[in-house]
Amino acid sequence: MTAVLDISHLHVFFDVYHALDDVTLSVGRSESFGLVGESGSGKSTLLRAVAGLAPVSSGDITCDGEAITGAHRSRAFFRKVQMVFQDPYGSLHPRQTVDRQLLEPLAVHGIGDAEPRIRRALDEVGLGPSFRFRYPHQMSGGQRQRVAIARALILEPKILLLDEPTSALDASVQAEVLNLLEQVRRDHGLTFVMVSHDLGVVTHLCERLAVMQHGRVVETLTAADLASSRVRDDYTRHLMTASRGFSR
Amino acid sequence: MSALLTVDNLKVQYPTRSGLIEAVRGVSFTLGRERLGIVGESGSGKSQTGRAIMGLTTPQAIVTADRLDFQGMDLLKASPRERRALRGKRIAMVLQDPKYSLNPVMTIGRQIVETLRTHESVSKAEARRRALAMLEAVQIRDPERVFGLYPHEVSGGMGQRAMIAMMLICDPEMLIADEPTSALDVTVQLEVLGILDRLVATRGMGLIFVSHDLRLVSSFCDRVLVMYAGKVVEELRASELSQARHPYTRGLLDCVPKIGESRHPLPVLDRKPEWAA
Repeated sequence: MTAVLDISHLHVFFDVYHALDDVTLSVGRSESFGLVGESGSGKSTLLRAVAGLAPVSSGDITCDGEAITGAHRSRAFFRKVQMVFQDPYGSLHPRQTVDRQLLEPLAVHGIGDAEPRIRRALDEVGLGPSFRFRYPHQMSGGQRQRVAIARALILEPKILLLDEPTSALDASVQAEVLNLLEQVRRDHGLTFVMVSHDLGVVTHLCERLAVMQHGRVVETLTAADLASSRVRDDYTRHLMTASRGFSR
Repeated sequence: MSALLTVDNLKVQYPTRSGLIEAVRGVSFTLGRERLGIVGESGSGKSQTGRAIMGLTTPQAIVTADRLDFQGMDLLKASPRERRALRGKRIAMVLQDPKYSLNPVMTIGRQIVETLRTHESVSKAEARRRALAMLEAVQIRDPERVFGLYPHEVSGGMGQRAMIAMMLICDPEMLIADEPTSALDVTVQLEVLGILDRLVATRGMGLIFVSHDLRLVSSFCDRVLVMYAGKVVEELRASELSQARHPYTRGLLDCVPKIGESRHPLPVLDRKPEWAA
């Protein structure tokens, strides 16, 4: 397995708070990798550190052969790596139409033939051409998340960073978006790194996952291991019991 | 079982420029001293049902019912003053996110004391003593310290416990919990549910648990109402969830990915117009 994303000994501090403590992991090409943990465990920070949105104080990130230092990311990096955020209400510009939002990444990267690309991107996420000139408030949460995914895909990236992409959605809409993510991953041979607090969602979409607690990776295991309870760490076991629901 | 609350044909309507929006369209149920779950997706009217019972619907809405009876009292005919006396004292409500439902500029202790002193004439010292005892009952380890903290200084789980303490301090007969644990981590979620469960059981309260999570609700409640488009489409004993008959209930159960299952792609809900009829 060739690694497309390599993270070694990564540390992130917010003032004195040690948000990521010596995190090392590697994600293979076309693999889907999950990050689970409670809020404050550093799972989102790890994703944001890769994207250049969190201050890395030490450690190395290598992305598709390109070594990344500090907060700077090359333009080529952003063509390879795109991110989808949790809240589709917050991540789309409220006063721009879908068309305008999809045009933005193309304009930034100087990519031509916007017209067919936008139409193709919308088609791919299952939104008809009628959605093209709508504003975010004219769409449902699931439709907005589809637009966010289309915006990420329009640059034809290799890696998609997904930060809780379905946790703001209803269960039935979540299923639709998960199916869509799986479909685009198959069609484009994408690599996924997905953060979620829901073990069911992670084991559904990811082949491997890392369990995080207090800024550290406590265990890395395959989804199959998790499904058959072959876990080493107590905290992982605790998360598994909790995800089964309430019992008296 | 004597009914604590009887709801018959409850409707909540919002007049808008483009016509009347019907958020709740004829919901009927009775609640005894039991745990009743109301489940549905966003827009199904589950929260509006809870709010209408509590009397918290916005003034421009039209709330009607053939009967809305709480222990012999007609809630729709009650004056605002009577409803205020009821709220927090005999009917209490726990809201979703303690970050937004607690007063940010008042310490947790003062908020709990305020609830108590609004409804009962007790001395300051007595109120403080009871607030501390209540914080201890929701398993806060160091109640003295938490009493003096502001909501932003505590975690989500701790804030939600404080909220429960505030709601239960007057010993209400009925508690409406609107997504009480959706903003919390799974592990914390279960702790908070455990606390709620124990308090509801020992105090003999009636509980209405409103949530979008069908599995969680059925593991917690005795009975579940499934709502779709403002109506109850199915009523189930929680233990008989697997025998749910309505396609919407079945669809909701099926579309959630579970550990150790391989279903690619996931089944999605095929919404039929007749469900909303």
